[in-house]
Amino acid sequence: MLPYLTRRAVHSVVALLGLVVAVFFLARLTGDPTDLFLPLDASREERAEFAHKHGYDRPATEQFVHFVGDVMEGNLGFSLRKQRPAMELVLEAYPTTLKLAAVTLLLGISLAVAVGALAAYRPGGLFDRVGSTGSLIGASAPDFWVAITAILLFSVSLGWLPTSGTGGFLYWIMPVTVLALRPFGLLVQVVRGAMLDALASAYVKTARAKGVGESSVIYVHALRNACLPVVTVAGDIAVGMVNGAVIVETVFGWPGVGKLMIDAVIQRDFAVVQASIMVTAAAIFLMNILIDLLYVALDPRIRHQ
Amino acid sequence: MSAPANNATSAATIAAAIADTRAIAAQAEMVTVRKGLPWWRLLARDPLALCAAVWLVLMLLCMLAGPEWLGKAATDINLRARNLPPGSTEKGWIMFLGSDALGRSMLARLVVASRNTLTVAFTAVVVAMLLGGVLGLIAGYIGRGVGNLIMRLSDVVQSFPSLLLAVVVLYMLEPRVANLIIVLAVTRIPSYLRVTRAQVLEIRERGFVDAARAMGGSSTHILWRHVVPIVAPTLLTILTVDFAIVMLAESGLSFLGIGIQPPEITWGLMVAQGRNYLTQAWWLAFFPGLAIMITTLSANLLSNWLRLVTDPVQRWRLEAPKTAVKTNA
Amino acid sequence: MPDAGAPLLEVNDLRVEFRSGREIVRAVNGATFSVRRGETAAVLGESGSGKSVTAAAIMRLLASPPAHITGGSIRFNGIDVLGTPMSEWRQRCGRELGMVFQDALASLNPVFSVGWQVAEPFRAHGILDTRAALERAEALLGRVGIPEPHARARDYPHQFSGGMRQRVMIAMAIALDPSLLIADEPTTALDVTVQAQIMDLLLDLQRERHMAMVLITHDLGVVAEVADHVAVMYGGRVVESGRVRDVLSRPAHPYTLALLESVPRADLDQQQLNPIVGSPPDMATLPVGCSFHPRCRRASEQCRASSPPGVEVAPGHHAECFHAQAVFDGR
Repeated sequence: MLPYLTRRAVHSVVALLGLVVAVFFLARLTGDPTDLFLPLDASREERAEFAHKHGYDRPATEQFVHFVGDVMEGNLGFSLRKQRPAMELVLEAYPTTLKLAAVTLLLGISLAVAVGALAAYRPGGLFDRVGSTGSLIGASAPDFWVAITAILLFSVSLGWLPTSGTGGFLYWIMPVTVLALRPFGLLVQVVRGAMLDALASAYVKTARAKGVGESSVIYVHALRNACLPVVTVAGDIAVGMVNGAVIVETVFGWPGVGKLMIDAVIQRDFAVVQASIMVTAAAIFLMNILIDLLYVALDPRIRHQ
Repeated sequence: MSAPANNATSAATIAAAIADTRAIAAQAEMVTVRKGLPWWRLLARDPLALCAAVWLVLMLLCMLAGPEWLGKAATDINLRARNLPPGSTEKGWIMFLGSDALGRSMLARLVVASRNTLTVAFTAVVVAMLLGGVLGLIAGYIGRGVGNLIMRLSDVVQSFPSLLLAVVVLYMLEPRVANLIIVLAVTRIPSYLRVTRAQVLEIRERGFVDAARAMGGSSTHILWRHVVPIVAPTLLTILTVDFAIVMLAESGLSFLGIGIQPPEITWGLMVAQGRNYLTQAWWLAFFPGLAIMITTLSANLLSNWLRLVTDPVQRWRLEAPKTAVKTNA
Repeated sequence: MPDAGAPLLEVNDLRVEFRSGREIVRAVNGATFSVRRGETAAVLGESGSGKSVTAAAIMRLLASPPAHITGGSIRFNGIDVLGTPMSEWRQRCGRELGMVFQDALASLNPVFSVGWQVAEPFRAHGILDTRAALERAEALLGRVGIPEPHARARDYPHQFSGGMRQRVMIAMAIALDPSLLIADEPTTALDVTVQAQIMDLLLDLQRERHMAMVLITHDLGVVAEVADHVAVMYGGRVVESGRVRDVLSRPAHPYTLALLESVPRADLDQQQLNPIVGSPPDMATLPVGCSFHPRCRRASEQCRASSPPGVEVAPGHHAECFHAQAVFDGR
């Protein structure tokens, strides 16, 4: 168990370091870093002063040491647009995104497990066909388009839901639904497949031979095993949710990291972009560790490795 | 989902149920593989997959000939036909899907935009497959050292949200089409890499490559004879799924304004532009999005079908006559 | 109530098909045998002969589709098994019949502790609460020969050796004192030394609890040692049946005879072994006539044309062969 977790953690740390290095070198190799931070119309003097102040005129190795030191201290630059440390802006926006993501994941996973398990119980049945087709459509739909169409329908035409912003329950419905669409679609297929395997397994036969009731066979013996592949893809699902969150936050004006980052890209505020990326990477790193722990908790075979 | 696949029990159930009768199952499989139908007959038996294939061929034609065919109609400004709602052929069939604020035909613009949208997705996926395949072969054959480095790099790419990666890179480089294709390709490399590497490792394990080598086969020969034919169907299936994923990613980027830049048009960009007219002309954002959705759905349907066809254990579902399938349901 | 003399389990002309697409595999084409209370009946056959499918059919564990029971009947303890509603039948499983499977690693749920799984029959049938069930499970684990049962009950299947896992399976199957135990190749996956221990344990438990047992096996030696009756299966049919000492000492079916000749025996001065030529039949395309004829030395025109009738060569000793009497008489 410990070697497994350690190995996984080391991989994540290496990945994180790799990202830091990549961001640094991409920013330097692709031209003058002042281009990234300063507005396109900045004068030559402004550029020179900025470059000197931030050490861009020094050798790359020295800059790199400096950069790593800054990253370690959590100093990820200064937002020129908002005149505040980029890290502060990102940490302010993060809870909003996390809330949205948590609600979506919880809802998406529980729904997908229920639908996938039911679809697998009678493969080829009406529920299976509707569920499988629905999940495929969910996985294929462009989220930004679904978001816009939903606004058109429920806000503009019907006037039931607010178009954007944050607030009470009504403000959550459309963002959560749109964001949940793709993870739900993917998970239904994963759960269905895993349940089919589990229901056809030898241990399910044993349970039936013991006289265990059918609901217990499905929800205790099979589902417990079918959860393992779900946890394996949970990492990919969560990573995909970040993609979705960027779109959903932008369309619904949700003041989270995704919107912050896209706004920063459009306003060419590189420090904020860089900070958003780094913090997101760190969040993914933490989440992977949590997923590994969950996996270890669910699968005794890994626990005793 | 294809209808026969849904009507019948999953292969997993059947395989496990028959596993009790190990020898029988093996024989049954052999029997099934023996009589193969040509692929177009299999496609014809699955109405949903057939529709998907027809749509994709149609899109391919639009991509190849669209801009030459309807290029003029897509750019002609007609102020008397501004913001025409869809559903009427009063101003000619070309206005059937309505027109935009400058009176340009929606249908023509959709057809013309298909070239950028599909070319970017297709090129990115093919580049990813070639790079991923080659890197997978290297990682599988060389193992340790270089192989591990490749796998770690692939982990980094995989554990990072593709959209964010694209945003950063396109921010730092210019949002040119070539850059867009490279970024999208890089985010899709890991899946091809993994499949190829796993197959190479398995084949090395199985040892028949050793036999081939002992009989004097060169490495390239072994590759072509033993690795490529086995990996190709799987890679093709992934390619179709990835085509959908990359199309969604490109559309998302273009929608956010970080992908393809005007005056070039893609479906994603059209949705973004139409968004500003949502209340006056809903069709401007709706139809391009619908086009994306139908195309990605088609790709997903076709990849499911491909997975069935290329899997000898599951292929019978498509070959089975309809009546037999019904008794199973 | 069934009278004391009637068999506990009666399988009569059972037929099972697997349908997958166009293919129909007739796995069982007429299996007939019975078991009395406290006795052991062995079902003997090569892999693919339909013996495991027969066992699963008795427990009604075949998934349908693809499996379909197309004919015959099964009577257990006086009730019509195939006619009983499934939910009612499940209540009897575990309580009145237990089953031991071949592959214990796959047949035990990997994510639950062994104690939890052995205690499950008590909970599922509402006999004991969780704590009392676990205590009984630990006692059962001790009974089947697992050292330190209290501590090991918390372990998971993958932490046990093959033999110990099979003991766990057995503990689970006998938990509710069933009157019939179906053991589907219980020792096939084990080392030879462990095989004998597990067989001994099964026999011990059978005597102690006065259980009847259906032993599915391909091992003639095991049949000779432990069974009272034997049913020899070939191509999905029971081709010969009777008391073990009758069948093995004086077989009436060429297949049984060939089986006996192919096994090394210490009591005979054999010059050489005679393996059966050819391979087991393809169940999807069974030969016309007697399904053994392509491998049979005595095969005649008749054997290739029509199915042989059942012949009772001696009281309680049946064989399905045109030449049964000749084989029986040693001609």
